[in-house]
Amino acid sequence: MTSLRALSTSQQVGLLFVTLFGILLLATLAAFARSIRESTEAQSALQERFARELRAVWVGALLFWIAWVAGPLVSTLLFGLVSFLALREFVTLTHTRRADHRALLLAFFVILPAQYALVGMRLFNAFTVFIPVYVFFAIPVISALANDPQSFLERTAKIQWGIAVCVFGMSHAPALLLLDLPNWHERGAFFVFYLVVVVAVAQGAQELASRRLRRRPVARAISRSFSWRAWGAGAAVAAAVGTLLFWTTPFKPLEALVMGAIAGATGTLGEFVMQALKRDAGVRTWRGRPSVTGAVGLLDRVAPLCFAAPVFFHSVRWYYAI
Amino acid sequence: MKLPEVAGLALAFVARLITGAQGHWHGAPPKAEQRIYFANHQSHFDWVLIWAALPHDLRAVTRPIAARDYWTKTPLRHWITREIFNSVYVSRERKEDEDPLEPLMEALRHGDSLVIFPEGTRGHTGEPAPFKSGLYALAQAFPEVQLIPAWIDNVQRVMPKGEVVPVPILCTVVFGAPIALQPGEERRAFLDRAREAVVALRKVV
Repeated sequence: MTSLRALSTSQQVGLLFVTLFGILLLATLAAFARSIRESTEAQSALQERFARELRAVWVGALLFWIAWVAGPLVSTLLFGLVSFLALREFVTLTHTRRADHRALLLAFFVILPAQYALVGMRLFNAFTVFIPVYVFFAIPVISALANDPQSFLERTAKIQWGIAVCVFGMSHAPALLLLDLPNWHERGAFFVFYLVVVVAVAQGAQELASRRLRRRPVARAISRSFSWRAWGAGAAVAAAVGTLLFWTTPFKPLEALVMGAIAGATGTLGEFVMQALKRDAGVRTWRGRPSVTGAVGLLDRVAPLCFAAPVFFHSVRWYYAI
Repeated sequence: MKLPEVAGLALAFVARLITGAQGHWHGAPPKAEQRIYFANHQSHFDWVLIWAALPHDLRAVTRPIAARDYWTKTPLRHWITREIFNSVYVSRERKEDEDPLEPLMEALRHGDSLVIFPEGTRGHTGEPAPFKSGLYALAQAFPEVQLIPAWIDNVQRVMPKGEVVPVPILCTVVFGAPIALQPGEERRAFLDRAREAVVALRKVV
């Protein structure tokens, strides 16, 4: 551990990515080796699902790597693009009306770029209040000007919520990358890595726990697998893994435990909320392919991050009083 | 690469960024055979969407129909429809001695594929209007060309009537199994069957 601390920051981050890609490569090779063996239908379906998830992890890992290599500007742009794609999927799934056109244009082409510009310039105070204060005010005004009173509140609320999750929430990931803590300069990549790993572990642990425990689901109509026990297990495993990873962050072990629990718990709840949204939109997956136009599956992948990142970010900022 | 090619690639990229332009092929794989694609028509964006959903090498041989008076009015419009899309121009006002379908027949004789919207005009009810007879005439004259129905979903939300800037919303194009004119089939019966083939694809999405 001490030899690791002696390395320069960029060497440490480099090592982090070498390790990450090494693990991914091993997983991919293992999956490939299994796929060329003969298997039953159920097994091959499982393998296919695993391959799909693995592909998503690859894309995510490459995204983080590019974000780190290319510096703050490109990483902000990259997260901005993901945000754009997520918001596009969100808007497709929530049925907007013709009168929402202008408000949606504002969301996509003004608010989203402005929010990421604020992040890129590290104006963290402005970035924190821009959407909850100014956009919250502007969207209903534009909607009202469209002269369509039909289900006005629902429509405005949907757009506001989409912006809050897909733009505001997501923009906290590059903000973490750019956050300058005392004694922790230019090492934001570790923060994002910590967050993503902890949230992913929490999701996996929750999934496994819900299969093993077979508890009664809390909200059957929304998720067949979500139970408080499984959720607690996910958060606990996240806390444990977070503690093990404390050396990648400025936290002390106990702080890392609390932060890991917070990130894991909010991430899995975010995923649960996204399932509710998908149910509302009538999306079912059928043979691994979603049934409704627009359900590409990006939204469910980024939702845990969108929900966990703001809570995590503001916990850190509040704790360090910056 | 020449300018129209670059402009075409850029346009396809933008269309995909905004609408996703996912093409789903049910019943006929995307192949470089001579085809007439016929689809529902709800927006000015429809053609761009089908075009962007086609694989790259099919785009060059698949041509849209453009109204001559509108699309040759300014040099830019003319350039876009001629150089990027390789459009087939038709005149909207009918003259006595001229078959309005002649430019389409010419393109088909030439071996090109076409995209047509047989409703004739944009609808905004969600249900396609009854098909006009052009499709029947083309099917009669070119029995060897495949007729592929296509359903375009969601595009009316991208750019409602009267707006100029498109909102990013995902759209899909579902391409169905080819239909053919039966021996001795009546005009109306064939057109209704073609329309049903398009509507049936809505459930596939």
